[in-house]
Amino acid sequence: MRQLKRWGPGLLLVSPSIILVGVFVYGLIGRNIWTSLGRRTDYVTDRVLNPGGYLNYVQLLSDPRYHHALWNLLVLTVVFVAGTMFFGLLWALLLEKGVTAEGVFRSILLLPMAVSFIAAGVVWRWLLSPAQGADQAIGLNQLFLKLGMPGLQSAWWSDPGPFAMAAMAVPAIWQLSGYVMALFLAGFRGISDDQREAARVDGATEWRIYRHILFPQLSPVALSALIIVGHMSMKMFDLIYSIAGSNSYTAEVPATLMWIQLFPQSDPIAAATNATVLLTIVALVVIPYLVHTHRSERGDR
Amino acid sequence: MSTTELDRPDPDLTRRTTPPGRGRGQVSAGAVLRYALLVLSVVIVLVPIYVLVVTSIKDAATISTATAWDLPSKLSAAGWVSAFERLAPSMGRSLILAVVAAALSSMLGAMNGFVFSKWRFPGADIIFTMFLFGMFIPYQAVMIPLQAMLLNLPPGFDGIGKLIIVHTVYGIPICSLIFRNYYATAVPTEIIEAAKVDGAGMIRTFISVILPVSLPGFVVALIWQFTSAWNDFLFALFLTQPTNGPVTYALQELAGGQNPNYAQIFAGVLIASLPTLVVYLVLGRWFIRGLMSGSVK
Repeated sequence: MRQLKRWGPGLLLVSPSIILVGVFVYGLIGRNIWTSLGRRTDYVTDRVLNPGGYLNYVQLLSDPRYHHALWNLLVLTVVFVAGTMFFGLLWALLLEKGVTAEGVFRSILLLPMAVSFIAAGVVWRWLLSPAQGADQAIGLNQLFLKLGMPGLQSAWWSDPGPFAMAAMAVPAIWQLSGYVMALFLAGFRGISDDQREAARVDGATEWRIYRHILFPQLSPVALSALIIVGHMSMKMFDLIYSIAGSNSYTAEVPATLMWIQLFPQSDPIAAATNATVLLTIVALVVIPYLVHTHRSERGDR
Repeated sequence: MSTTELDRPDPDLTRRTTPPGRGRGQVSAGAVLRYALLVLSVVIVLVPIYVLVVTSIKDAATISTATAWDLPSKLSAAGWVSAFERLAPSMGRSLILAVVAAALSSMLGAMNGFVFSKWRFPGADIIFTMFLFGMFIPYQAVMIPLQAMLLNLPPGFDGIGKLIIVHTVYGIPICSLIFRNYYATAVPTEIIEAAKVDGAGMIRTFISVILPVSLPGFVVALIWQFTSAWNDFLFALFLTQPTNGPVTYALQELAGGQNPNYAQIFAGVLIASLPTLVVYLVLGRWFIRGLMSGSVK
């Protein structure tokens, strides 16, 4: 009873949030899974549209259109994550020792982060216009022509090849590299100067200092950045919707396919199935990360 | 915007010691390379911004594909004026949405953060981790039942009302995280113990000891929530109409379809982004802190 008196009020103060998160996150996820297992037949022809139960998942996972969307997601995620990590780390390395006007550089490199995906998508739709050649090119293709680099022209995401989604990662990299830079910069600055000094006194080269002293200490930061950027990529909807339009097959990923299933196709069961698989993919990455963070925090205490 | 604000030392990111090599009166090749790469990066990052600004102030009659990258030959405010007229009503709705949702989830976040860091109960860690999972979920996985659940709200909750509920609730995880981390480092446990010894209950302690020192936590949480509510499109698309939705939806309508008026479209992009850009430029340091807290640890 005395125990309850000690921690009861705390639980009470959190209880509104527990109820809200419980209902809006876990309750609705449960409801969505329930929807995804439903069975539905065509009113007129009696043809089975959604076979029901786990067969809905079999139907989705064996659909070539879904394979195409998954492949696009894989290409997008690999290029997006690699690109943001590369530029984020590069910029952090350029800035971390301190340069004149560092604040200005940093603010500009982070600026795209303050703009919505929808707003950025409007200008990138124009920049990534597929038209090529002196009379027709607009956007980046036209800029490349003006700069005397016609070889850089590209059909971007409209390209029929299997790696077109790599172009969709370009605006995403533009938006989020600054974020990864900020994470790495904070990581570098959390390491005391004494460690570098000691290594320098011992005669270590700058490269060896980075390789053996600084980079190992940044691996938790790199992991955080990887998880955050990776899960954003799997959820990415706004940017693709804004650039490719609401109904693009070429640039389709599971998140945009879900919208198509729900509205143009009026098939909420298939949409719920797709969303549940997407959630599972994200959960497979995020849950181990949360458990790992939780454990290492306990270790600190 | 003030550059002094940006140049001021940042407690999180700016190095306080003098960089090595400075003041020796010589410029090394490494430094030249570093600046060259930085300037190149900044130029590339600014390319879309250049296109937006330059096109938005062009006279619609003079816009042609051939001169798209050139500076305007004739200035015109027509794009900005017509875009503002189109977007103004939705800007007002977005403002209400972002302010109210940010205030509500920050308040809930402060309460939770206090408990999770200073007044823990058995199982608090598990609950907290379960909250955090809510931050990462793809919202597609709740969207279909969410639509159904919000269908039967009273008429006043149409459009922005729905979005306020949604952003408040889905903002709880990140706000709890921001406040938990803030209280864990900024408020010594001894103060709480002293208040307990004085006979103050938990609510008393929270209101008279914790809230008065919570301003930095609130600034970070409010900015974060304001920005994400303002920039959201997914919930807007699924839960509102262009006529009662936020500015992102109105911008998508303005820019979509066959609108050939690029001055108006690109001015619209800038107008719709202005509030978050101002917040970023004026309160950049706090904005960055919010970004950092998104990395869980």
